[in-house]
Amino acid sequence: MKLLLKKGRIISPGIKDGEYDILIENGRIIRIGKGISEKKARVINLRGLLTFPGFIDIHTHLRDPGWEYKEDIESGSKAGAWGGFTAIVCMANTNPVNDNPSVTRYIREKAKEVAVIKVLPVGAVTKGLKGEELSEMGGMFKEGAVAFSDDGNYIQNSTVMRRALEYSGIFDLPIISHPEDTTLSGEGVVNEGISSLISGMKGIPSESEEIAAFRDATLCALTGRKLHLTHISSKGSVEIIRNFKKKKVKLTCDVTPHHLFFTEKEVFKFNPNFKMKPPLRSEEDRNALFKGLADGTIDMIATDHAPHDKASKEVEFNFAPFGVIGLQTALSVVIWLWKDGIINLHDIPVKCSLNPAKLLGLKDCGVIKEKRVASITVVNPDVRWTFTEDLILSKSSNSPFLGMKLKGRAVLTISEGRIAYYDEKL
Amino acid sequence: MSKVHFKRKHLLEIKSLSKEEIETIIETARSMREVLSRPIKKVPALRGKTVVNLFFEPSTRTRTSFELAAKSLSADVVNFAAQASSVVKGETLLDTVKNIEAMNADIIVIRHSAEGSPHFLAERTKASIVNAGDGAHEHPTQALLDLLTLLDHKKRVDGLLIAIVGDILHSRVARSGIYCWKKMGAHVRVVGPPTLMPRFIEELGVEVYSDLKEGLKDVDVIYTLRIQLERQKGSFFPNLSEYSSIYAITPETIKYAKKDAVVMHPGPVNRDVELFAEVADSSRSLILNQVTNGVAVRMAVLYLIAGERK
Repeated sequence: MKLLLKKGRIISPGIKDGEYDILIENGRIIRIGKGISEKKARVINLRGLLTFPGFIDIHTHLRDPGWEYKEDIESGSKAGAWGGFTAIVCMANTNPVNDNPSVTRYIREKAKEVAVIKVLPVGAVTKGLKGEELSEMGGMFKEGAVAFSDDGNYIQNSTVMRRALEYSGIFDLPIISHPEDTTLSGEGVVNEGISSLISGMKGIPSESEEIAAFRDATLCALTGRKLHLTHISSKGSVEIIRNFKKKKVKLTCDVTPHHLFFTEKEVFKFNPNFKMKPPLRSEEDRNALFKGLADGTIDMIATDHAPHDKASKEVEFNFAPFGVIGLQTALSVVIWLWKDGIINLHDIPVKCSLNPAKLLGLKDCGVIKEKRVASITVVNPDVRWTFTEDLILSKSSNSPFLGMKLKGRAVLTISEGRIAYYDEKL
Repeated sequence: MSKVHFKRKHLLEIKSLSKEEIETIIETARSMREVLSRPIKKVPALRGKTVVNLFFEPSTRTRTSFELAAKSLSADVVNFAAQASSVVKGETLLDTVKNIEAMNADIIVIRHSAEGSPHFLAERTKASIVNAGDGAHEHPTQALLDLLTLLDHKKRVDGLLIAIVGDILHSRVARSGIYCWKKMGAHVRVVGPPTLMPRFIEELGVEVYSDLKEGLKDVDVIYTLRIQLERQKGSFFPNLSEYSSIYAITPETIKYAKKDAVVMHPGPVNRDVELFAEVADSSRSLILNQVTNGVAVRMAVLYLIAGERK
């Protein structure tokens, strides 16, 4: 069936900002123009709404296989679609770990069956995420892995990391690194700063991230392969990455919406929904993240959506697992960044779609253009809403945004020509 | 008794208390001390109320002190010893407290190794919560009883120079103490090895010293903290005897302070480790006065917390 999107304001690299009609057939954009009419098409009027190339989240945890009570591929994909994502990338720390082709195949096949948007698996860099021996990257690549990562576990051994970067180069896939020198972060649970000082809880110094980021960036320079540093949180990390980029080292990085929206002061309430790794940092760090995002040092925004069930998360802060969900609130943070003047409207499709697409080598995605895949995110930037538990489509509700008044919602999410989410009332 | 400045349902920390609230607690504690000096040490203020002492960490003196305080106010007291656990097995903290709440507890006095546990519960139960020590966060009643003790001895606290000596990093007593002394106008120093000093501690408006002699110069009060042997494992210092040789308060090192300086300690003292017996047992030690005031201060807290807040 054909789909005709009327008069949405297209914000996409490669096309002049303006109202256009978009005609979609067989999962592809077949025409973009003014005053398109097509009798057999379903018509959706998008007047006054922002139309972006489909958002891609390069960092989620779907907990499937293994912890389906926290999340699964279906629920995660629905939460993603609701939040405006047309593709989500799921990390390898499942049970069993996605460190071999059969798990990758399971994820791909289950996604085909139940997911409403694209679910792209990340393979583990090392067997069992142990940081010792390389996993079967070639086999996982054939089954559809789009990147490799031991996310959550930093590869402490520099030689293993070097080999991983070199070897993944065969497939031209990036290594996504969670930079954390765990010998320095130790048993910390909050930022080493005002929050550890006041709360008495053990601190995670931002230097534990910076040392790790510096080493990885150095290995990226050494190997010339694709490195992506995920959830950068500190001023020092932004400076390190900026300096490496100046030297033309081809590394990329992302920041999460929660590190952009909150600071470490939130932990004074001891609410476990503000416990994540890296921890919320200082105002100074947050300002550096804003600057890094605006000047292009930080290439993209990724949620690090990490569902945890109530039984494990509704406990003493110290005992709660790290991680918060983010698929349904990221878009509102992006809109806030724009409305607050931290980024421009035209940065949004770059940070949320084009750069993630480039990183993963998704040549068909990232822009709204004729003949490209029809993955489109349509947003009402002005709608005000409150994030309440009943809206949550994830199986877990561990969000720091719970109860908050937000602005901006996805109205329509089209993934490869299929309507994954549509709320005509918005 | 004045209740003008105290309308709180919980006592979770010193940090958010105003000077007036602290003064109200101290004033109330003085009245309670008068009660405790009577032949019949009991008033019916909390008759019909249930106070549950929920202790997830072993503690004899604090628990006994709260128990005596509650009983002197005629409350019914239940002691509940529990095991804190980071593993999801059996009952969670919230379950435990919901069960206690279901038995109609009015006030829950909690001690827990996890920082913020009292705050976590205060948001999730109907009972009043009193923090009897949460990890390295706060120990508000300790700070209040220390304040009362010092006021007894020095009459006023503003302008005094107080040195807290020892493991500041892991100390809830130090954190509550710093807030309390500062709010009352004292100058506070923290003295100890840099490995046991929280980063950014100067943000709390204290002076930082790693040299004991410099740190004690001109001070009116030496507040020693208990040093724990376990810290040796975390590479905070090589061993207790080396720690002691650098930071112990001895008949010699006490001379660095003012001639009339007093010595305080939250107990239990590691004798001859952080504090030498000759000093702990001397006339300059206020340690037993601290213990005595503990009951009066906790009576005041329970009384004010239980008061009507309409």
